[in-house]
Amino acid sequence: MQAALKMRNIGMWRRCLLFGLAASLAATPARAYTAYVSNEKGNTVSVIDTDSWTVAKTIKVGQRPRGIEFTRDGKSVMVAVGDDDTIQVIDTKKQEVVDTLPSGPDPELFTQDAAGKILYVANENDNTVTIIDLEKRARLGDIQVGVEPEGMTISPDGKMLINTSETTNMAHFIDTSTRQIVANVLVDARPRFAEFKRDGSELWVSSEIGGSVSIIDPVKRVVTGKINFEIPGLRREAIQPVGIGTTKDGKTAFVALGPANRVAVVDATTHQVMKYLLVGQRVWHMAFTPDEKYLLVTNGVSNDVSVIDVAAQKVIKTIQVGELPWGITIQP
Amino acid sequence: MIRRWIYAIGFSIAATQALAADPVEIGIGYLGHAGVRSTLSLVQQPADNDGIAGARLAIEDNNTTGKFLNQHFTLQEVRLKDGEDVAQAAAALAEHNGFIIADLPADALLKAADALRDRGTVLLNAGAIDDSLREQDCRANIIHVAPTRSMLADALAQYLVWKQWRRWFLVVGSHDKDKLFADALRRAATRFGGKIVLEKTFEDTGGARRTDSGVTLLQRQMPVFTQQAPAYDVLLAADESEVFASYLPYRTWDPRPVAGSAGLVPTSWDAAQDQWGSTQLQNRFVKLNSRHMTALDMQAWTAARMIGEGASRVNSGDAKAILNFLKGPDFSVAAFKGQRLTLRDWNLQLRQPVLLVDGRMVVSVSPQEGFLHQVSELDTLGVDRPETKCKLH
Repeated sequence: MQAALKMRNIGMWRRCLLFGLAASLAATPARAYTAYVSNEKGNTVSVIDTDSWTVAKTIKVGQRPRGIEFTRDGKSVMVAVGDDDTIQVIDTKKQEVVDTLPSGPDPELFTQDAAGKILYVANENDNTVTIIDLEKRARLGDIQVGVEPEGMTISPDGKMLINTSETTNMAHFIDTSTRQIVANVLVDARPRFAEFKRDGSELWVSSEIGGSVSIIDPVKRVVTGKINFEIPGLRREAIQPVGIGTTKDGKTAFVALGPANRVAVVDATTHQVMKYLLVGQRVWHMAFTPDEKYLLVTNGVSNDVSVIDVAAQKVIKTIQVGELPWGITIQP
Repeated sequence: MIRRWIYAIGFSIAATQALAADPVEIGIGYLGHAGVRSTLSLVQQPADNDGIAGARLAIEDNNTTGKFLNQHFTLQEVRLKDGEDVAQAAAALAEHNGFIIADLPADALLKAADALRDRGTVLLNAGAIDDSLREQDCRANIIHVAPTRSMLADALAQYLVWKQWRRWFLVVGSHDKDKLFADALRRAATRFGGKIVLEKTFEDTGGARRTDSGVTLLQRQMPVFTQQAPAYDVLLAADESEVFASYLPYRTWDPRPVAGSAGLVPTSWDAAQDQWGSTQLQNRFVKLNSRHMTALDMQAWTAARMIGEGASRVNSGDAKAILNFLKGPDFSVAAFKGQRLTLRDWNLQLRQPVLLVDGRMVVSVSPQEGFLHQVSELDTLGVDRPETKCKLH
C-alpha cells in the first residue's frame, strides 16, 4: 500500500517536473518585462517580474498612489500620489523615488504626448487639467473642464487630448495646439477611463455608474454605439466598467468591470461581448506586455494582480501585491 | 471691401459658435423652514444653512456642466417662519421655478404639493423621512430624495443581524416621531430576525439640553435607567427628538453598544464618508461652505443634481421634459454611494444605500451582503412594491 503510494508520488513528481520543464521551455521565448503596480492603500508600488511572475521589489511612495505610467524612454515611472498633491518619479534602475513633478491638487490619472515631453494631468479637486513640461519640470498651464476630471488619453495623431469628468459625465475634446476645449460629448454616469483605438478610428469611454462603454466617433464627436454588459446572476448595479485595453491590431478589447470581478472580452470590430473572465475582486486597470502575450489586471479588493493569456483568453496566474492595487504600467 | 465682408461673416459665425445664444435658464426653488433643531451634542448642532448649502454646491456643479451645454441653473431660496403660509410660499416659488426642493415637515409638504398640483410643479423632498408620505399619503408631484425611516431602520437591522447581535433592548422617546422610528425598528426586527427583548419609554420631562454640571447627573441616571434588562446584545434608541439617545453610549448598566439615534446611526450621508470618490465632493463642499457636509446637505445636493442630470440628458430646460426623464426607465444618478441611484416607480422614492456611522467613521454600508432581492438589493431597504399602500394619480 505504502509502496504503491510512493510509486504514485514519484509518478506525480515526474509529471510535475515534465510540466514545469515544458512550461519553462514555452516561456523562454517570451522576453521578461517589468510591471509596476500602484497600491492605493499601501502607499507602495509593487514591481512584478513577468518571467517569474513574482514581486521583485516593493517601493515606498507618497500618499494614495493611483495613476501610474512609464516615461516614453522607459527609464522612469511616474506615479500620481493624490493625497500628497504631486506626481512622483521612480528611477527604474535605482528602484526608488528620485523626483517629483508639479501637478495640481489631487492628481489621479495622466497621459503624455508621443514624444514624452508634455504631461497632461487630471486634477480631481479643482476641475482642471494641468499641463506639465516634463523636461523643465514646469507647469505650463491649466484647462478648465467639467466636475471631477478623471480619464485622460491622447489621440494617436497627438492632436486631441481627451479628458472625462465624473460628475459632469462628459468626454471633453481638447485641441493640444490651442489647449482649448473644442467639443464635449455626453456619456453615461461617472466616466472613468478613455482609450483610442490605435488607428484613431474610435474613442472608447467607460462609465462606472452608468455600467456601459460608449463608442465615440472622434471626427463627428458623437456617441455611435454603446457596449452593455450582462452577467447571469449579477445585478446590474455591480457591473461597473473602468479600465480598458485594446490590442494593437484593434480587434480585441478587454474591459475591467470593477465589483463584478470580471474582465469582459469584446470583439472590438463588432462591439459584441464574447466572454467574461473571472478575476479578483474589484478589478480596476490593466496593461499588456509589449508582445501582447499577457494582460495584467489589478484587483483592488483582493490585493492581487490577475495575469490573462491574451491569445487563449484565460486567466493563468494570480500574483499577490500590496494593499488595494489600482494602476499598472509595463516597461515599453 | 468684399474681403472685409467675408471676414465679418466668418467672425460672426465663429462668435456664434463660441458664445451661442443666451444660456437656457433653469430655475430651482428651495423651500425650507427657518431655525434649526437643538441637538444634545454641541458638535452635531446644525448650521443655519443646513441643507441649502448642499443645494448651492449642486447648482455650482450643474453650472460647471451647464457651461458646456449652454444651460444655467439658479437657486431661489425661501425659509418659512412659524405661522407663514406654506401653500402661498410654494405657489410664489413656482412662478419662476419648474422644480422646488423642499425641506419641510410632512404636513407642510403635503400642503405645498396640493397647492402646486394643478400647476404641475414638482417638489423634491429632501428633508422628510416619513413613510406615510411614500405610502397612504403619496403624491404624484413629490419625488422623495430623503430615505424613509423604514429604509434607515432596515439598514441598521441588516447590519446587526449580520453581526449576530439579534437581541435588542429598545428605548423609545415620548414624542410622535420617536414612536414612528420605533415602529420602523420593530418592523425591521420582524423582517430580518431581530428580537426585541425589552422595551422602555424615556419620558421627555422637559429641561435644558445644556447645563454646566450635566455629566455628573447623567452618569448616575443612565445606568439606573438601563438596569435589570434581560440579556441583550445591543441597545436601540429611538430618539429623533434629541432628548436622551446621545446620553446612552458608555453609560448603560451592561457594557453593550448603542445604535439607532446614537452610537451606530443609519444615515444617507456623513462627513466621514470617503468611499467611491466622495472625497472630491466633501472637499468641494468644505471649500464652499467652510463646514462639514451633513445628511440634509447631501439630500439637497442630490435633489439639485437630479434636476441637472435630467436637464443634461434631455438637453433642455423644460421642466416637463426633465420630469418625464426623471420618472422614466433611463434615469439614474451618481451620488457617491458606489452604485447608481434610481427611482421606485410606484412611489417616486430614490433607492439608495444607507451609511452606518459612529460620528467619526463610516462603519458599514447597507444593504448588507446576503440580503437578496429579485429586482434590486436596494429594495431590501424600506417598504417594497408588494407592500406599498401608495396609489399615484
